[in-house]
Amino acid sequence: MSAQTAALQASRAAARGRAAERWRAALHSKTLLAGVLILGFWIVCALAGARLAPLDPYADDLLATLAPPSAAHWFGTDQLGRDVFSRVIVGARDILIVAPLATLVGTVLGTALGLALGYMRGTVDEIASRVIEALQALPLVIVALMALAAVGTSDLTVVLVIGFVFTPLIARTVRSAVLLESELDYVAAARLRGDGTLAIMFVEILPNVLPIAVVEMTVRLGYAIFFVASLSFLGFGIQPPSADWGIAIAENYSLVGSYWWTVLFDAAATASLVVGVNLVADGLAGVFEA
Amino acid sequence: MSAPAGDALRIEHLEVSYRVGRRERKVVSDVNFTIRRGESYGLVGESGCGKSTVAFAAIRYLARNGRVSGGRIWVDGRDLWSLSARQLRELRTRSVAMVYQDPGRALNPSVRIGRQMAEVFEVAEGLTGRAALERAAHMLARVQIASPDRVLRNYPHELSGGMQQRVVIAMALSMSPGLLILDEPTTGLDATVEAEVLDLIARLHAELGNSILFISHNLPVVARMCDRVGVLYAGELIEEGPAAEVFGDPRHPYTVGLLRCMPTYGMRKNDGRLETIPGFLPAPGTITGRCVYADRCANATERCRVEAPPPVDLGGRTARCFYPERAPDLPRQNLAPARRGAAPNGREPKQSDGPLLATRNLSKTYRIAGRTLQAVHRVTLDLWPGETLGLVGESGSGKSSLAKLLVGLSSPDAGSEVQLHGEALPASADDRTLEQLKALQMVFQNPGSALNRSQTVRRLLTRSLRLVRLVGAAREARLEELAASVRLTAEHLDEKPRRLSGGLKQRVGIARAFAGGPRVVVCDEPTSALDVSVQAAILNLLVDLQAQERVGYIFISHDLNVVHYVSDRIAVLYLGRLMEMGPADRVFSGPHHPYTEALLSANPHLEERDAGRIRLSGELPNALNLPSGCVFHTRCPRKLGSICEREEPPLATAGPGHAIRCHIPPDRLGRAATPHG
Repeated sequence: MSAQTAALQASRAAARGRAAERWRAALHSKTLLAGVLILGFWIVCALAGARLAPLDPYADDLLATLAPPSAAHWFGTDQLGRDVFSRVIVGARDILIVAPLATLVGTVLGTALGLALGYMRGTVDEIASRVIEALQALPLVIVALMALAAVGTSDLTVVLVIGFVFTPLIARTVRSAVLLESELDYVAAARLRGDGTLAIMFVEILPNVLPIAVVEMTVRLGYAIFFVASLSFLGFGIQPPSADWGIAIAENYSLVGSYWWTVLFDAAATASLVVGVNLVADGLAGVFEA
Repeated sequence: MSAPAGDALRIEHLEVSYRVGRRERKVVSDVNFTIRRGESYGLVGESGCGKSTVAFAAIRYLARNGRVSGGRIWVDGRDLWSLSARQLRELRTRSVAMVYQDPGRALNPSVRIGRQMAEVFEVAEGLTGRAALERAAHMLARVQIASPDRVLRNYPHELSGGMQQRVVIAMALSMSPGLLILDEPTTGLDATVEAEVLDLIARLHAELGNSILFISHNLPVVARMCDRVGVLYAGELIEEGPAAEVFGDPRHPYTVGLLRCMPTYGMRKNDGRLETIPGFLPAPGTITGRCVYADRCANATERCRVEAPPPVDLGGRTARCFYPERAPDLPRQNLAPARRGAAPNGREPKQSDGPLLATRNLSKTYRIAGRTLQAVHRVTLDLWPGETLGLVGESGSGKSSLAKLLVGLSSPDAGSEVQLHGEALPASADDRTLEQLKALQMVFQNPGSALNRSQTVRRLLTRSLRLVRLVGAAREARLEELAASVRLTAEHLDEKPRRLSGGLKQRVGIARAFAGGPRVVVCDEPTSALDVSVQAAILNLLVDLQAQERVGYIFISHDLNVVHYVSDRIAVLYLGRLMEMGPADRVFSGPHHPYTEALLSANPHLEERDAGRIRLSGELPNALNLPSGCVFHTRCPRKLGSICEREEPPLATAGPGHAIRCHIPPDRLGRAATPHG
């Protein structure tokens, strides 16, 4: 058995080596590093909030409305004389709560739905798959808008509505992975020992499709941020008086010709957060798929 | 170094490394061999030994992370490393051609065969249109394709695997290359098709006089096809020489072990256990500074563990061993046949108890686009306690469909029945009781996909132990007993499957099937995904477990020697129908069904060298459009006449317990010359 043990240890060491190698390669990849830096910056902003902001983001100063960027107001002030820089920093908080929660809701529901459709197949799967395809043809922002108009806007409803909108998209990805897994003999073996459908779906198959769900979740998070910002811009997302980038853009976009600073920095903040999340998603996909 | 002008391929001190992460790993080291003009050279070895790497190095076509880190290669007398990019391209176009394992992937699926083949002539010879197509048709005729013009108009998916491989061979030969490299050319093909393709290769070789580098894991095939062979082990050429000498009188302990662990033609489980090679295949490049085989070698001495043996010249052949003269006397293992244990309930089962498992008119019909496909058709068979029933047949014969019906992974047509202890079983496994599930288990073909990769072996087996409703310490104890019975150690229990070798994974698969104390285990090609040296250990294990537990096996395999070794009775399937069934020895010795006769004849074994082979012509009929009468008549070499096309013959008795479905009376059917004498 000593040869066996040695071989096993060698393969164990090799596997550890491979995993470590992959993480090291990922950490050395500039994609992931850049993503982590950008995302990390906004997370710090969201956590520290007003403590990090040089001025009170909610204090208006009617004597200094629409002031251009200066030493006192780095990003200038808005129509009410509030400090844009401070508001951009504080604005990270709500979107970084709502978007990830919405994504999480979508991932959990989508994974469960994908597992059920992919494993049980049959007529329900046929119908659900067509419905999902039909949903994908609709502009999702419009769907979400209509839903929010019906149920009323609050942070909770935004989370739920975006979560529901994402559910079929994630379900579709998970379903196709489950279809492949269901063909593998370990599922047959589980049936032959009397495992029930739920046990096979959640105990046997789920752990094997989880990496795919996680990568899908990071990709969706980028969309969710954009989604929340869009809804806020349209007045159906995060509600005033919260400082929010989408709201700020909505309030000021008519002024963009003369007072560009009231829009540009919020827009750049939104864009940088989306880019940061996508860079992290790409980096993680590399780690999981290698 | 003199330019070896006369050789088709000469490899000296070849070293190949792959870069994995940031490490360089040497996968081939110090390989030397020469293929003379007109010679066919076989490279054999188990998976991961570097066979294909050597072949790819020989045309400078290694994967991106691979490089030749030492040695020299001459193709057709030209140093491969002195060639410019253009010359290399020219060489690959005209002097060397390669045929890969999977013909389906070597052909472009969206381009007609004619277009793909004509392209070769257009590029290499500047021919256009009709002229190129005519040359293509000519090449197809050469590989014995009966209607080349039709095939030229086909897309690859419209051809069977055997036809595709002929097309690929025709393409490879179109520039009359001096060297043809065949990388496992028949591995994906059925036995009768494999035999045909091998015949074709042998005939073309004799006709064209080109040189062949033949890569295979299949020793009998290489023995049949090649003049010289090289045996690779962990990236080293451990033995090299004329095929007849290497296989007839091997001088390296590994070659000796490899030959001994294959079940030989006619060997039975009651004759004795199979020899195995202890230990595991090392990954290439992990052992340096000593003999790569020392850890597994019964002849190894202290010297082998501290010094790497050079290739020792034995006159026209070499062996990389310090003691080549001792190889024939390699100690044999204890090969007494497995002893029968006491019957589990303390009572010997009697014939009068009736069969353990029985099927009555078992059929499975699929409906595809309004047409019906009979995967299994009216199969009636019995399995007695402690008995092995072998199922043989080519792909599409319904072996695996039958296995799935038995265990309840798919449901049979109405009117069919599977009985356990004389009681009808529910069609679907989901409707069977725990007792019924426990009694009827399955070992799968591919242990990689049959084990859940996210669970440790311990968890995997524990979940199966729920079948016997054990908890706590009792379950722990049973788990350890189970692991020990398939010779897994406590270490293995805490591993995930991917860290285990193929053989160990299959042991886990077997342990799982035995967790509930089954009465019948369906083994679906349990060793076909494994290397030869591992196969023997798994077969021994299955035979031992059967002797101890008195379980019945349904054993499916395409390898006739393996089936013959483990089976008490054999059933031959063709297009979902039972063509012949009988005691293993009678099925092997005859009288045979003509299909069985062809299968036996296609079965390559080391002992004989071609005598009166029976070849099937034509293709397996489309299962959606079955032939009338006897389904075998379209390919039958002994077809009587119109009666075969009109009437399906009954299963007629051909001897005690032996039945054959043929219009020809048993006494006029063929008989094999038995190796028993």
